Amino acid sequence: MPRRTDISSILLIGSGPIVIGQACEFDYSGTQACRVLKEEGYRVILVNSNPATIMTDPDFADATYVEPLRLDVLTRVIEQERPDALLPTLGGQTALNLAMELVEAGVLEEYGVELIGARSEAIATAEDRHLFKEAMLEIGLQVPTSGIAHSLDEAKEVVKDIGLPVIIRPAYILGGKGTGMAHSSEEFEKVAQNGLDASPITEILIEQSIAGWKEFELEVMRDKSDNCVVVCSIENFDPMGVHTGDSITVAPAQTLTDIEYQKMRDDSFACLRRVGVETGGSNVQFAVNPENGDQVVIEMNPRVSRSSALASKATGFPIAKIAARLAVGYTLDEIPNDITEKTPAAFEPTIDYVVTKIPRWAFEKFPGADGILGTSMQSVGEVMAIGRTFPESLQKGLRSLENGRFGLNADPAENSLKKMDNADLRSAAKVATPDRIYQVEALFRRGFTVEEVHSDTSIDPWFLDQILAITEERSYLENETLDTLDKWSWKRAKQLGFSDAQLAYLWETQESLVREKRENLGVFPTYKTVDTCGAEFAADTPYHYSTWEDENEVKPSGRPKIMILGSGPNRIGQGIEFDYCCVHASFALRSAGYETIMVNCNPETVSTDYDTSDRLYFEPLTYEDVSNVIEVEQPEGIIVSLGGQTPLKLAAVLPEELIAGTNPKSIDIAEDRELWNVLCRSIGINQPPGGTAINLDEAQEIADDVGFPVLIRPSYVLGGRAMEIVYDHSQLEKAMAELLEFGSLGIEGGLSSERPVLVDRFLEEAIEVDVDAIRDATGDAVIGAVMEHVEEAGIHSGDSACVIPPPHLSEEVIAKIEEFTLQIAEALEVKGLINVQFAVKEDQIYVIEANPRASRTVPFVAKATGVPLAKVASRVMVGATLAELREEKLLRPRVSGDHVAVKEAVLPFNRFPEADPVLGPEMRSTGEVMGIDLTTGLAFAKSQISAGGALPESGTVFMSLADRDKETGLEAARSLSDLGLEIVATKGTAEHLEKNGIRVKDVVAKLDEEGTDAVELIRSGAVQLVVNSPHGRGPRADGDHIRGAAGAEDIPLLTTASAALAAAKGLHEWKNSSLEVRTLQTYHEGVKAER
Amino acid sequence: MNRDVKVARLVLADGTIFEGEMIGAPPVNGVTTGEAVFNTVMSGYQEVITDPSYAGQIITFTYPHIGNYGVNNEDYESGNPFCSGVIVRQLSRRTSNWRATNSLDAFLKEHEVPGIAGIDTRRLTRHLRDQGSMPAAFGQGDLNELIQSAQKAPPTDGIDLVSTVTCKTKYIVPSLGGTRRIVAYDFGIKTTILHHLSKLGEVIVVPAQTSYEEVLEQEPDGVFLSNGPGDPAPLTDIRSNISSLLGEVPIFGICLGHQLLAATLGAETYKLPFGHHGGNHPVRNLKTGAVEITSQNHNYCVADGGIPSVDLTHINLNDETIEGLRCQEVPAFSVQYHPEAGPGPHDSQYLFKEFEELMAKTNGGKF
Repeated sequence: MPRRTDISSILLIGSGPIVIGQACEFDYSGTQACRVLKEEGYRVILVNSNPATIMTDPDFADATYVEPLRLDVLTRVIEQERPDALLPTLGGQTALNLAMELVEAGVLEEYGVELIGARSEAIATAEDRHLFKEAMLEIGLQVPTSGIAHSLDEAKEVVKDIGLPVIIRPAYILGGKGTGMAHSSEEFEKVAQNGLDASPITEILIEQSIAGWKEFELEVMRDKSDNCVVVCSIENFDPMGVHTGDSITVAPAQTLTDIEYQKMRDDSFACLRRVGVETGGSNVQFAVNPENGDQVVIEMNPRVSRSSALASKATGFPIAKIAARLAVGYTLDEIPNDITEKTPAAFEPTIDYVVTKIPRWAFEKFPGADGILGTSMQSVGEVMAIGRTFPESLQKGLRSLENGRFGLNADPAENSLKKMDNADLRSAAKVATPDRIYQVEALFRRGFTVEEVHSDTSIDPWFLDQILAITEERSYLENETLDTLDKWSWKRAKQLGFSDAQLAYLWETQESLVREKRENLGVFPTYKTVDTCGAEFAADTPYHYSTWEDENEVKPSGRPKIMILGSGPNRIGQGIEFDYCCVHASFALRSAGYETIMVNCNPETVSTDYDTSDRLYFEPLTYEDVSNVIEVEQPEGIIVSLGGQTPLKLAAVLPEELIAGTNPKSIDIAEDRELWNVLCRSIGINQPPGGTAINLDEAQEIADDVGFPVLIRPSYVLGGRAMEIVYDHSQLEKAMAELLEFGSLGIEGGLSSERPVLVDRFLEEAIEVDVDAIRDATGDAVIGAVMEHVEEAGIHSGDSACVIPPPHLSEEVIAKIEEFTLQIAEALEVKGLINVQFAVKEDQIYVIEANPRASRTVPFVAKATGVPLAKVASRVMVGATLAELREEKLLRPRVSGDHVAVKEAVLPFNRFPEADPVLGPEMRSTGEVMGIDLTTGLAFAKSQISAGGALPESGTVFMSLADRDKETGLEAARSLSDLGLEIVATKGTAEHLEKNGIRVKDVVAKLDEEGTDAVELIRSGAVQLVVNSPHGRGPRADGDHIRGAAGAEDIPLLTTASAALAAAKGLHEWKNSSLEVRTLQTYHEGVKAER
Repeated sequence: MNRDVKVARLVLADGTIFEGEMIGAPPVNGVTTGEAVFNTVMSGYQEVITDPSYAGQIITFTYPHIGNYGVNNEDYESGNPFCSGVIVRQLSRRTSNWRATNSLDAFLKEHEVPGIAGIDTRRLTRHLRDQGSMPAAFGQGDLNELIQSAQKAPPTDGIDLVSTVTCKTKYIVPSLGGTRRIVAYDFGIKTTILHHLSKLGEVIVVPAQTSYEEVLEQEPDGVFLSNGPGDPAPLTDIRSNISSLLGEVPIFGICLGHQLLAATLGAETYKLPFGHHGGNHPVRNLKTGAVEITSQNHNYCVADGGIPSVDLTHINLNDETIEGLRCQEVPAFSVQYHPEAGPGPHDSQYLFKEFEELMAKTNGGKF
């Protein structure tokens, strides 16, 4: 059957901002879906609040709404667009939940919108634990045994049947509160009682614990003719008990016999059929008892997921693309396999390599978080590596993480384990943490056996033995030297994944010498192809990975080639924005006739879609791996300035003549304090006074000289890592101690004259401004946008909301800022993008820093202004002039409408309840949203809704303001009070407000005083908005608890007075106008406000 | 640690050389020869190695880690492997599965199957795909001797390999519940097929040379033509027996059994360049339109060319070769692929039910 002709327009819902558990894999799936549906001739209507996505590029859909993903907004879009169908399965849980809300609210029925891809009954069956369990039992599949209890006595009865250990989950609670595991009957009574207390309806679910069982996942697809295929099987390295998103996972399954695997396959199909997934992709998770093979179904997702993105990258089978085609009526056998082009998609990929996915965490960003992995996902990104064997792919994956590791130990960082004695190391490895894999290897080096480590960790002995093979190889290598190792042994070491850097560490020599010796012996990597079929059919897919075999399959073309280095794993400070830039570079350069070669290791991204570039190398972004690709491909140029810090760091070690765009020396000038000062003085731009220090004495001297508060920041770090504002000597001492010794940077080597800390006067209450601009080799330049931050200077720009155009800057100030930006770009001889940050205080402009590379605001600016900055910049980098690009119409003038765009950050504090949810100079957001409308207030209100902090239209606001915020806070309070919200405040704030004529309903006690305190008030549900501005870092017990409580109760929290003021204004306008939604395409044509 | 590696070479008849190390049993006279073929399954190596259809062949596994879950007492497809050798990238050092009773290496030694590991199996696979399956030899001996051995290795065309694997005397597999009596010709029959047939009734397994009279003496409800190794062309005696059984009794054939049935009906058979060996081939059921993911293992194939009084029932979606047929006038049908799986997907197990239905509605050999 060909595609459906009874529908002509399809609504797609994206997944919104990047949050933990939902990242750019849904940009990958959504982008594929948009492409396919447009190719099929449908009108595609897209709603997604995340401006950093490729899918929200105006080219990818016919109507692109960057609007909040909320029922009222979606309803308005449907009312306006009248789509024939809604496809909810490609935008993660967000899209699925919204689709269900639309069904339940009767919106789809009212407007005659058909849900395609998954029926609502199917979604309900898969999502509701109870319904799902019943459905699985009905078709004869096993599920973990469980029972429900309402009292301790009932609970004791239930547990008799199930047997200990059990997991206790209270009903109707948020964020896993009251959940616990019980191994003994004493423990059970305690945990059960806790659970009953935590549940508002005094109900707990008692479930058989299967922690320690082996975990598997099957990625399956079904079409409307009931053809089913397994795309990929995945086996978790970490046993049950660690969230799949936080587990190292391996494809294909390694330890299942065919009998067991086929049973899993049959069960997956049965599950899909029973749940009622009619078309599309799903994943089904299983646990297997390693003692007897008992197999239970854990859960299924009736949609594409993070693991389906992984499965697509792991096999070359594009699940999202095919799911979109199936949703519009095709069957699997009607869709060709893109890779072979000759065979149909109705088959099961077979692979001849091993894929390993390793999560990347950011615990260093959240002081207080314990770093223990459990049933709630905490990782912020992941890497994937391909090798012919598990040890090779594991070590490639570990060095892809970019956390300073060279592979599985054999690097300087392994020394931190030396401090532990055997008993300590063994007990450390019993707990699942990001370090466990390294601890396991160290245990083998200390002579522990696979059996011992297995009994401590429940990691499958097969995996452990593969690690042992690495350990054994290491001890062999340690007895050799750079000069004694024979060719055969070199190859064997490389086949086990050892990097040149690891060998250099083991032999106490330099990596460059290792490389030289290896190449002299003729030991080179070979490149193989990901082809879905284990080489059974010829495939021209340009999707490659390195390994150390006989045959190299890659044959470079003779075309002019540009290599683009991607940004590696998502992490805080470096996420989808940079992937967006790399993908745009590839698109722009391909259409300009270059062959583009992408190198990256992040399976979630659009950049690692084999369709994005002419060639894709799925490789770690290290000197060795990247140099190897350069040797094979011989590109004309390499783009390093679009992928964030990752490729930029490599720029220093790659051949300078190959670096496209701005010379890496300019990057050094911008980072080197002395050179930068000279440059600023020569242009005549003010800087906040300050200096550089490498110890406390020097830092104190500067602070005394310029006066507190001072901003301290290490050089060459990402996302403002370890940046801090300090208000006095004792805070400075503590901060310096962290940098020098016990902080995460201290551990990595602390400070040196090459890597000093910058100590600058902190400009309080200044407006921070960001500018993105492009300069070409002829000196012509263009300003992308000037952005005004909502939060004052001192909050990391990545965590601050910002607004285009600037609402509070005069035209003169803006013009001056633009002029300074261009002067800096000129002085740095920028060829490509530059981002400059300024602080404006009382119309005085200070420059804070300049970065001659893509910034994370590039996609936001492009969406707000209609100028494809990244595309333009990439062309400029390879030699085009802005004049030529204007001629080509690639560089368009900024749109001249009246709209305002607000970017807001999305923070992951709900995942780290122990960490203080306060903003500062260190970036901690995972993602961003954009609100766009015709006034600043409305755009801001939309951005808040999209970021998950919808402002209350009535109720009570709790305010507690630092002294310095009391003026701005007063204005905010007045505005909120005018809106009819009631105000409660702490004593000092209340006095200040009442003195200025604002009614305060209640004065809230401090935590150690008599009476109801703020935390109790928040927990009781009496507060709908919390405004709490702390100052500086240090012991601020009250504020910590107040913000913590707001985070736990999911109450909107504003931690700066300026944000509160913006919120109050936004709320005011929101309440007094009707909801309007417009497409980006409309905004880009220029929308004028009615006057 | 043990770096005492038995360096060995694998040589193809066209002179292509690979280096690896010996695993499994030492080859008799130091060298192993056979036709090199590749199989793309990612699980099920025990079933593949014990499948008698691999007689005379050296099996290359495209998946690099082989031996991970060891071997067990249940997953045998025959009592003994008949393949000449196995080629792997990486033999597992350790076994991990609750059913495992032995390691693969120990199993190979016990059953005298030589193997070679450390081979760039992807390079080998690409070579066989592009140049076709070809004779090969491996061992630790002199390179020239290996090349000569590879070149002297017997071809499969025109060779009767069935006689090397069929049972010597008939035996009975008791029913697992069904009431039928089925005579199964053993051309190299797989245990999983017998398991499926025995669910339908008692199975009398007979040697390949058994005459049609002897078969009919058993008064069977149906006759099954099994899988087996090699070329169907030289098996003329078997074909004449099948010819005599057609119309007398319902017949179901799998793999070589399918080729023999087709040849008996007048079809030509030919050798595919590198065969179908894997667990992921899409086959369309022409009656229902459904796609089945199938287990496959054959080098020879039935040529399309209007076989009289026969409907084509199944077709391979990858290369459009014939995968199944059904006689219009007599109760007989067959498939090229392996509905019993072992290893592979279970999508096509309905064919055993169809055999049962055919036996149920057929009065003797007539519809």
